[in-house]
Amino acid sequence: MTSDILVVSGVDVTFGGIRALSDVSLSVPERKITAVIGPNGAGKTTLFNVISGFYKANSGSVTFAGTDLLSQPAHTRSANGISRTFQNIALFPGMTVAENIKLGAHAQLRTSLFAAGLYLGPAAKEERELEERMDKTVIELLGLQDNRDSSVSGLPYGTQKRIELARALISGPRLLMLDEPFAGLPTTEKATMAAQIRKVVDERGVTVLLIDHDMESIMGMSDQVVVLNFGEVIAAGAPADVQANPAVIEAYLGAEA
Amino acid sequence: MTAPSQSLPAAASGTKPLDPRIETISWILLVLVMISVPVWGSIYAVYMACLISINVIATVGLNITVGYAGLLSIGHSAFLGVGAYASALMWLHLGTPLAVNLVIGAVAAFAIGLVFGIPALRIKGVYLAIATLAAQYSLYFVFQQWTSVTGGDRGLSLPKIDVFGFGDTGFYYVVAFVALIATLAARNLFRTRIGRSFIAVREKDYAAQVLGINVVSTKLIAFGIGAAYAGIAGALLAAFLRIVNPDQFTLVSSVFFLAAVVVGGRGSILGSILGALFMTLMPEFLREIIALVSIEGADLASLLSPLREIIFGSLIVLFLIFEPRGLVGFVDRALGRSENVEARQEH
Repeated sequence: MTSDILVVSGVDVTFGGIRALSDVSLSVPERKITAVIGPNGAGKTTLFNVISGFYKANSGSVTFAGTDLLSQPAHTRSANGISRTFQNIALFPGMTVAENIKLGAHAQLRTSLFAAGLYLGPAAKEERELEERMDKTVIELLGLQDNRDSSVSGLPYGTQKRIELARALISGPRLLMLDEPFAGLPTTEKATMAAQIRKVVDERGVTVLLIDHDMESIMGMSDQVVVLNFGEVIAAGAPADVQANPAVIEAYLGAEA
Repeated sequence: MTAPSQSLPAAASGTKPLDPRIETISWILLVLVMISVPVWGSIYAVYMACLISINVIATVGLNITVGYAGLLSIGHSAFLGVGAYASALMWLHLGTPLAVNLVIGAVAAFAIGLVFGIPALRIKGVYLAIATLAAQYSLYFVFQQWTSVTGGDRGLSLPKIDVFGFGDTGFYYVVAFVALIATLAARNLFRTRIGRSFIAVREKDYAAQVLGINVVSTKLIAFGIGAAYAGIAGALLAAFLRIVNPDQFTLVSSVFFLAAVVVGGRGSILGSILGALFMTLMPEFLREIIALVSIEGADLASLLSPLREIIFGSLIVLFLIFEPRGLVGFVDRALGRSENVEARQEH
C-alpha cells in the first residue's frame, strides 16, 4: 500500500450565499493518478483553487506530505513540490517556449538581483544548467524540440497544452495537478497526453490529481476516481466501482435527462 | 481568480530571440559609436550624447517597470529628482566622489520607489497610473517646499566636475560608461529568473504564483529597480547640468519618458535605447524644421515648447494605434523577424 500524499478534509467554501464546496474530504495516494469528476459547477476547479491557495476555505484542512497548506501563501506551493496546469492554458504569450518552461523552475533558482545584472559566473551557470535540465527532462518527453525557441503565441492548442505540462514538470514536482488536460484535444492527442501522464507517474514517481470531463480517458488511466456533485463528494473509489455507483449515474444522467 | 489580469497588452513580444552573433555585433557597434563621438562630433554633439545617455538610463528603468512588469507609472521623473537631489546633497555637504553619489542616488530612489510602489500591489493599469501621479506631485512638492535642504525653486548649484582632467569629454565617457553598464545589466536581468518573473507577473499573475513567484515582492522590486535607474540618471543629470531644481522633474518630463518607452518599444531594451534617442533628438529636429519653414521675422520658435507636448502626446497615441511594438517593431520587420501573431494575441 502506498501512503496518501495529499489529504483534504472537511473543506467548506462559500461565495456569498453559494456553497461551492461543502465538507469535501478526499485523499490522494502517492504515485497514483486520482481523477476528480463531476458535472459543470460541481466545484472541481474550486477544489483545485483551494489546494493552490487562491481561495480561502471557511473550514477544513489540506495537508500535503504532513504540512498544512492552507496557512501558506499560494506562491509557496511550488517550493513544496506542487505544480499545476490550468483549464484555459495559462502560458505567457510574451515569452518563448523555453522561457515559459524555465519559469516552472523559478522556485528552485537562486540567482540574486545583482548576480543577474552581471550575468557572470553563477548566474550564467545556473541558466546553462537549467537549459540542460530542461532539454533532458521535459523537452524530449513532450516532443517540444521543434518549438523550443519559438514564441508561444500562435502555436497550436495541443502544443500549448504540452508546453504547460512541461512547465509544470520541470521542477520535478511530487504532486502534479492537471485541470482538464484533455479538454479540446482531438482523440489522437488525448491518447498521447494520457500516455505522457502515465509515463510521468510510472517513471518519475509523480502523483497526479486531475480534473476532466472525458470519461473514456479518465476511466482508462486513473487509479482512483472522486465524484463531486453540487460541492459534495458523492462517490470515491476505483473507476469501475464509481461507474457502477447509482448516485453517480443519477448525477450524470439524471441531471441531464 | 481565474480572471486574466488587466495588464498592458504584451508589446514587443512574440519574436524569436535575436541571433546572439547579431546581438554581440550590435553591442560592439554601439560601443564604438559611443567612444568615437568626441572624435568626430562637435562640443554640441558631445553634449547631446551625454543627454541621450542619461535619458537611455532613465528610459531603460521605466521600461523595466512599465514595459516588462506592466506597472504603469507616470511619476518617473520624480525618482530622477530623488537621485539628483540625493547626489547633489552628498556632493555639496560631504564632498563625496561621483561614483559614490551615483550609488547614493540609486539607493535613495530605490527606497522612495519602493514606498510609492506599494499601490501597485493592490491596483492595476490606469488606477495605478493615477496613484503614481501622487508620487510625482508629492515629491515635486517636497523638492519645492523643503527650502532649507533643496534650496526651493532656485534649487542647488553644483561645482564643475573634472574627470581625469579631460573636462566635458571625460564626463561624457563616464556617462556613456554608466549608460552602457546599466543597459547591459538590464539586458542580463531578462536572461534570468528575475526578469522572467517580471514578465510572468505582467501577463498572468495567478499563473506566476503557481510557479512560485511572490507577486508582491516581484512588483515592488520591479518598481524599485525602475526608480533606481531613474536615480542614477538623476544623479548624472545633476552632475551634467550642475544645477538641480524642481522644474526639471515635472509631469511633462515623466510623460517624456513614458513616450520614450512607448515609441521605442515596451518590454524591449533595444526599444528603450531607440526611444530615448528618438525623444531626445526630436525637439532638435523640430527646431531645424521650424527654422527651415519660418519666414523672416515670424516668431515660430516660441511655438516650439507647446508643440513639444502636443507631439509627445500624439506620438504615444499614434504608436499605440499603428505600431504597439514601437520602433523595435520597425527594426524587427526590417530584419524579417516579425511573426505578426502577437498583434492578435488578446486575452
